[in-house]
Amino acid sequence: MSELLSQQNGRALTLTLNRPQARNALNNALLTLIAEALEAAQQDASIGAVVITGNERFFAAGADLKEMASRDMPATLNDPRPQLWARIERFPKPLITAVNGYALGAGCELALLSDIIVAGDNARFGLPEITLGIMPGAGGTQRLIRSVGKALAYRMVLSGEAIDADRALRAGLVAEVHPAALTLEYAQKLAVSIARHAPLALQAAKNALQQAQNTGLSQGLLQERQLFTLLAATEDRQEGIAAFLEKRPAEFKGR
Amino acid sequence: MSFIVSDVQNGVMTLTLNRPERLNSFNDEMHRQLAEVLTQAERDETIRCLLITGEGRGFCAGQDLNDRNVDPSGDAPDLGYSVETFYNPLLRRLAKLPKPVIAAVNGVAAGAGATLALGCDMVIAARSAKFIMSFSKLGLVPDCGGTWFLPRLTGRARAMGLALLGDTLTAEQAHEWGMIWQVVDDEQLSDTARQLALHFATQPTFGLGLIKQALYASETNTLDAQLDLERDYQRLAGRSEDYREGVSAFLAKRPATFKGK
Repeated sequence: MSELLSQQNGRALTLTLNRPQARNALNNALLTLIAEALEAAQQDASIGAVVITGNERFFAAGADLKEMASRDMPATLNDPRPQLWARIERFPKPLITAVNGYALGAGCELALLSDIIVAGDNARFGLPEITLGIMPGAGGTQRLIRSVGKALAYRMVLSGEAIDADRALRAGLVAEVHPAALTLEYAQKLAVSIARHAPLALQAAKNALQQAQNTGLSQGLLQERQLFTLLAATEDRQEGIAAFLEKRPAEFKGR
Repeated sequence: MSFIVSDVQNGVMTLTLNRPERLNSFNDEMHRQLAEVLTQAERDETIRCLLITGEGRGFCAGQDLNDRNVDPSGDAPDLGYSVETFYNPLLRRLAKLPKPVIAAVNGVAAGAGATLALGCDMVIAARSAKFIMSFSKLGLVPDCGGTWFLPRLTGRARAMGLALLGDTLTAEQAHEWGMIWQVVDDEQLSDTARQLALHFATQPTFGLGLIKQALYASETNTLDAQLDLERDYQRLAGRSEDYREGVSAFLAKRPATFKGK
């Protein structure tokens, strides 16, 4: 059976990490599968949003340590991993992670990279790299501090200790917490409802939100306005506003 | 030496605190044995109810003060250690256990023994049993969930009185105050508790587990959040085999056979 299962439900695609024997550790092969699946989903007009999930006990409990241990400094310099992460980050459609159980190390970084985290009440988020004599290497130190602030980010990165779903919710790391048995279902519902919106508008809005992390406010506002203007040229914008005024559901075409 | 005697029959795990010569008070080894047995209760799906009681004339006298870890005659002991290592995980696990936990309080329950009993889902006490919040008399604080359970069970005024005075509370008084479920004559305790446990072992355990989690969650939730949680849990309960069985049995006017799933 494949290590990445995929299933489409309406306009939402669900990718399930499936390496239970390795606690869904994200080795290069699995990251490659994710990147490829997302690139295929990018081209597929029938897919409006993607959910990535693991199983009830593990979202993904880190990277593959055996793979990492065999790499010395020169090999790490030319590690293909950063390219794989960059490919995943370039996915332009809404990306939701549905996290049950452990999201540690690279698993936590994958969740941080996603646009929305929906967590089960049994979820635990942590960056334990420090306990191995290394540090987060795929955005952990950068994205975490931007969502939870300095106090908790330093606490987690320097101690290596994980936080539970409740703490993650209060800190702003996750958008919602549900009973674990309903996490995936609710994340898929969210994906389906997001995927109903105009694809170009979703792409532009996601782009603008990403810019917010990369630029200053005035530059961000400028780019936001440009993206906003771009949407004014789409058919879906006319349809969206017309449908609202006529009190009927909109039918978007992605144009 | 078995400080914890466990016995599984007809879906009930009976767990007997077994240091009768020390009124079943806890030392580290007893905690370790208890933790091991709890793991079995958590993992074994055929166990659908947990019944905790004490051997001999007491239920549990809390922490054994002769234990070297808490001996105050030398350097100041780190009492936080046993709380953090043993009592807190124990209470967390009992609260999380998705099946009913019954305490059959057969005699004196003092200190952590009293608060442990109050941390169980249903408490049945022998008429001669006593609850003693002895912590304050030693300069200590009620642990094992004591400061959390007491005000929720009795209200703040009584919780304060009990915890600050450290007086002895009879089983009947505890029952009158709504702290425990039932008081029975001493010789009936064992049968009454076992009957209740056997009853639970035939009930829709999955649903009972959800009820328990919901009641715990309500202690910290707003009404709004709790209503959402009820929706979620009802959604889950509605998908259980036992719900299907319960409704079919009701419509067919026959007794239901629940599997706990």
